Amino acid sequence: MTIMEVCGTHTHAIRRHGIRQLLPQNIRLVSGPGCPVCVTAEEDIALALKLAKQPNVTLFCFGDMLRVPCGNESLLQLSSRGADVRIALSPLDALAFAKENPTREVVWYGVGFETTTPHTAALLEAAARDNIQNLSVFSAHKTMPNALRALLDTDTKIDALICPGHVSSIAGADAFRFLPEELHLPSAIAGFEPEELLVAILALVTMILRGKPALINAYPRVVKSAPNETARALVDAWLAPCDAVWRGLGMISMSGLALLPEHAWFDTLKRFSLAPVSVSAHTACRCGDVLRGAIEPVECPLFGKACLPQHPLGACMVSSEGACAAYYQYEGAGI
Amino acid sequence: MCLAIPGTIAKIEDETAFIDYGGTTRRASVRLLPDAAVGDCVLVHAGFVIQKVDPDEGAELEAILKEVELL
Amino acid sequence: MKDCITLAHGSGGRDYRELVETIFAPAFRNEFLSPLTDAAILPASERIAMTTDGFVVKPLFFPGGDIGRLAVCGTVNDLAVSGAWPRYLSCAMILEAGLPLETLRRVVASMAAAASEAGVVIVTGDTKVVEAGGVDGLTITTAGVGVFPAGCAIPPQQPQAGDVILCSSPIASHGMAVMAARHNLIFDPAIESDVRPLNHIIRAVLDAGVTVRAMRDPTRGGVAGTLTEWAGSTLDITLEEASLPMRADARAACAILGIDPVYVANEGVALFSIPAKEAEHALAALRTMPGCEASAIIGNVKEGRGNVFARTPIGTFRRVLPPSGELLPRIC
Repeated sequence: MTIMEVCGTHTHAIRRHGIRQLLPQNIRLVSGPGCPVCVTAEEDIALALKLAKQPNVTLFCFGDMLRVPCGNESLLQLSSRGADVRIALSPLDALAFAKENPTREVVWYGVGFETTTPHTAALLEAAARDNIQNLSVFSAHKTMPNALRALLDTDTKIDALICPGHVSSIAGADAFRFLPEELHLPSAIAGFEPEELLVAILALVTMILRGKPALINAYPRVVKSAPNETARALVDAWLAPCDAVWRGLGMISMSGLALLPEHAWFDTLKRFSLAPVSVSAHTACRCGDVLRGAIEPVECPLFGKACLPQHPLGACMVSSEGACAAYYQYEGAGI
Repeated sequence: MCLAIPGTIAKIEDETAFIDYGGTTRRASVRLLPDAAVGDCVLVHAGFVIQKVDPDEGAELEAILKEVELL
Repeated sequence: MKDCITLAHGSGGRDYRELVETIFAPAFRNEFLSPLTDAAILPASERIAMTTDGFVVKPLFFPGGDIGRLAVCGTVNDLAVSGAWPRYLSCAMILEAGLPLETLRRVVASMAAAASEAGVVIVTGDTKVVEAGGVDGLTITTAGVGVFPAGCAIPPQQPQAGDVILCSSPIASHGMAVMAARHNLIFDPAIESDVRPLNHIIRAVLDAGVTVRAMRDPTRGGVAGTLTEWAGSTLDITLEEASLPMRADARAACAILGIDPVYVANEGVALFSIPAKEAEHALAALRTMPGCEASAIIGNVKEGRGNVFARTPIGTFRRVLPPSGELLPRIC
């Protein structure tokens, strides 16, 4: 049986704890498109690089985004050549900097799923409240449910899904109820410790064997059925669903989040009048198949050869949580 | 995609909580969980408190296993 | 004298001389330096150990240390892990025009204090100045010479199958301290670097008669860097994750920033590969030394193919690969 997880932190946790070693051979764990860094469209990365090159811009982002390449460049490389790119642990770091440096144009490059999007909304709220003129937001945020629908609509053959733990803590367990109810897929929301992951997998295996798809919340310490309403209201006040391109998967409708038109002043793309950039994909890259769980990283011809963590070619290798990077990090180059 | 670490709220000043991670303390915003209180065990992601953590871990796993049995 | 470094300070003339006589010479004062000649004349031994390192840390000052302390300790430790008694250091600096003299004084004072702690002397040096932007504040290159007293065994620096790996002190503090300082990540209390000289600790282990097959200070690349090099192509090393000593604050910082502690740089830790049967004896010797109370056996060495595995607390295994690239905080 094949069980997919769709959370980069789960990908990382499963590798780090060696979970596969505790499972029998006939349970196959695959990684889906759960790493928001990996699935950020190359067109968006190209725009971020363009912004970082502007001399009056200070670009803030999470550390995960620094090494993601587009062509031969990454934010880390630009930073070593003098671009003002800074790591934030919280988007509010960008606000603090903007207040202290009124002559700099500060851009918050927001990447992340439902767990992280409220933070960008909180940043916007605070910037508006404090009347900060030199801050804008470039939203590359995405949402999970439609991506899951699109993924499961293809010929992807999975028997069960491990649902993201922290996305669920914000979005509520009910956000994933459509999986068993509409798509008949056994699903379990899992935590990140080994015991929590194993209990979720046990629940899924039981459901598969009994033919009884349901949604089990195996992380009730943190996940409730209902969403975090405060977070939801905050996001709704600033951002709205839009179509988005997922690197390796293509366009998925209503799976991204963009600033509402009434907040255009804070929208980086409008403030800088940036035209979209087109990027051509590497033809031998099989990230799309890896992201759908159709092949293992090691089955991609580029894995471990032309495509390595230190110079990644595709979505799955760009972040330490991408399926290929996690595989490489913990298993080596195809051993 | 959601590295989040549990800690205990040691102090709250306006919208800023001081979170004790057992060894070090860092600040986090409580904007997303306004009813968070001093003493609560909470999950912190990217500088914001996102949810409370129920302290009773053992009972949770038992309950899940029971639920699975009933399927 | 002005209060900033200027290009004149590096030109070898009057300003340079004044810099040496008012800042460097008084801080490093010793009989070998005092003549201020082009070379220091030194007594040594039939064999000597020599090493050199350049230091470009940013920021210059961080909790628990600074570039000066790092430069002295880094070179002292490279000599000490070779089995030598560190004796003499040189200090070559490249200063950025515009650097406040007060910053230079602080760095030099820190070097003097670290040298005194290690029991070494700085016997010669040089200073050059580059234009603003040519270097980030200042860089230091130290070279060090150590001696081998008569009858002193030189470790072969080759672990053997059947060895255990000992770790002298808690890991991951230095790298996390510098990362937090560099990216302005506030921890309260601040994470402190563990930078310190290791020669006294190493001497204690050698004097206790322990057969040291290999020893190293796991600096850049962390414990993973040292173990993957030691594994080479003929040994397999297994690391016991649960045995790695770590301070609570460094452990929390690694968890919060998503960093694997085995890749984090250390500047006050020594790793030893010794025969398994001498482990208790070596630990007893280590634990008497300051900062080594938490020293522990962290792994073992077997015949193999150059793999390093970490055994997780739940008994599964994961690979530890050679480190590559700068460690960056993540939220994913």
